[in-house]
Amino acid sequence: MSGHSTYVPKSPVMKWFESRLPLFGLIHSSFVAYPTPRNLNYLWTFGGILSFMLVAQIVTGIVLVMHYTPHATMAFSSVEHIMRDVNYGWLLRYLHANGASMFFIAVYIHMFRGMYYGSYKAPREVLWILGVIIFLLMMATAFMGYVLPWGQMSFWGATVITNLFSALPIVGEPIVTWLWGGYSVDNPTLNRFFSLHYLLPFMIAGVVALHVWALHVVGQNNPTGVDIKNPAKDAVPFTPYATVKDAFGLVCFLVVFAWFVFYVPNYLGHADNYTEANPAVTPAHIVPEWYFLPFYAILRAIPNKLMGVIAMFSSIAVLVFLPWLDTSKVRSAVYRPLFKQFFWVFVAVCVGLGYLGAMPPEGGYVIAARVLTAYYFIHFLVILPLLGLFETPRPVPASIADAVLAKHGGGAAAAVAMGAASAPSKK
Amino acid sequence: MKKTTLLIAGALAATLAAFAPAHASGTEKPPRVSWSFAGPFGTFDRAQLQRGFKVYREVCSSCHAMSRVAFRNLAEPGGPGFSEAQIKALAAEYKIKDGPNDQGEMFERPGRPADRFPAPFPNENAARAANGGAYPPDFSVLAKARTYERGFPWFLFDIVTQYQEQGPDYIHALLTGYADPPQGFPLQPGQSYNKYMAGNAIAMPKPLSDGQVEYPKGPDGKPAAPETVDQYAKDVTAFMMWAAEPHLEARKAMGFKVILFLIVFAGLLYFTKKKIWARVHDEAHA
Repeated sequence: MSGHSTYVPKSPVMKWFESRLPLFGLIHSSFVAYPTPRNLNYLWTFGGILSFMLVAQIVTGIVLVMHYTPHATMAFSSVEHIMRDVNYGWLLRYLHANGASMFFIAVYIHMFRGMYYGSYKAPREVLWILGVIIFLLMMATAFMGYVLPWGQMSFWGATVITNLFSALPIVGEPIVTWLWGGYSVDNPTLNRFFSLHYLLPFMIAGVVALHVWALHVVGQNNPTGVDIKNPAKDAVPFTPYATVKDAFGLVCFLVVFAWFVFYVPNYLGHADNYTEANPAVTPAHIVPEWYFLPFYAILRAIPNKLMGVIAMFSSIAVLVFLPWLDTSKVRSAVYRPLFKQFFWVFVAVCVGLGYLGAMPPEGGYVIAARVLTAYYFIHFLVILPLLGLFETPRPVPASIADAVLAKHGGGAAAAVAMGAASAPSKK
Repeated sequence: MKKTTLLIAGALAATLAAFAPAHASGTEKPPRVSWSFAGPFGTFDRAQLQRGFKVYREVCSSCHAMSRVAFRNLAEPGGPGFSEAQIKALAAEYKIKDGPNDQGEMFERPGRPADRFPAPFPNENAARAANGGAYPPDFSVLAKARTYERGFPWFLFDIVTQYQEQGPDYIHALLTGYADPPQGFPLQPGQSYNKYMAGNAIAMPKPLSDGQVEYPKGPDGKPAAPETVDQYAKDVTAFMMWAAEPHLEARKAMGFKVILFLIVFAGLLYFTKKKIWARVHDEAHA
């Protein structure tokens, strides 16, 4: 996409190094000269925000591990030790705990942005699927991380979620025993979750590298969904244009992050997790972290346990097939009047499922969860395939530059030029 | 188009609301208390923390441990503000089990500032045996371990208004919520009726009564704060919040600086971005 590197080393040392390992050429072509569509809006800053959050989580996590003790009898006390006695330990822990939530807020915005602008469509299918893998790894990491403070919700959340595997016929019970390292969630479970919680972020970093690589092969999508045709007119170099815009977006995001960390640090957590894990006392409501609630609602909506587990995993697995379920040739929702409406209904359904996931599974809540679960799957399996066939999209601009001209120039000339150019450019 | 979306979203919200079953439990929502440590500039009231500590020491500590708090914490910045000398004298009043010594025996010695508060019972079973089967919870993080359901849409507003004092409000309500049970309300022996306890039956007998704890006198010879159940409850709750979050003041003070810095930094970046991108927009008009 970016072509051969335009990086020219100046000093003899750099020339010597570059001819042996063209590392700076790679960095230059990926983050400096890389052509980025000129019409990207602020939703495109979330890729950079997510990279920052991953690094922030790894850095705060590594320091926390220096003070944390992964043992069933000491984990809760060691977290309190961090909160009370470690210098700025409270800051590290609140950054890490709220950082997980911020990571998910950013990833959900990032995913919905991809859905709205059709960023999963050819040639970006692999890019999208790598994203789904990252999302799955994030969920596993976050789930195991929430177990580590060994509070009541840690313990019972781990018990409920690992128990899901017992729904599998024949192999279910042995799998659960194997996961626990015993016959209940206990010290062996805490130890292996700690080990995996340390490992998985580095796997995420690896898949992120692939995700960025795939992105740089196929190029970024943009609000029009039209490919870059003439880099000189449609694109701007990544640095300084995207760099400064991403930096501004990131700092705005950090204001929200700081608000949670310093002013409402326990808002996104659960009070029960300040009570040490006790296998003899079950909390009144076992609720996962907020970012799992929509999936938890889907799990509980199905009366049969095995079917519920299958539905929950399917609700994520279906995302892998999204590039082929959406049959429309037009990428961006901007030019798809019907899809745009269905998109916002889908967003509302996801939020609704999240709300229902936090409510007790009784009465009307269950009925509502069933309706919304059904709609969740209908959106992917029925609405998206049919929309592509029946929807009449609005005319797509010939190029990114034309779309920008029409918006900013506002002049009749630009509009005429756009109309004239749009006909032959249809592939 | 936007209207349709709004309509659909509205219909969805209305459906959700209609499905929501009415809560049929007899527990009341705790009333809001105006805490000095609430809000972005919240700080603890030193005198209140000292009074709260007195209430804890004279009333609560006979059953409730506070094992994660050390005597030295009481003299640290952001806390009740006792002097080092006061803490030394206070710690020495406690007997701490230590050892083993050279002879291999455990022994008792006077407390030191670095010691943590000794628990009133040697273990949970002993605590239960002495309290009719109920286990008085440790005070160390209790103010963060208790809460009450805020409900939609209040839980959303709480992010902006920074309402984080559900725990303290609940504890204050519980301490002041003892009442005579309604006719025919089933209470087990040893239980009391409480308006705010889940299920309304609580194993802790009414712990506070007016005039129970003597408060320091002001220059006019009157107590510095009213010696009432309500005031005792407020003071001990504030103390519990400090015990649960001893670095609350440092956190809020740093937060203000961090957010101020980030907003200024964002402003500078915004104008830098505008300047850099101006070239591109000029081209668009050319």
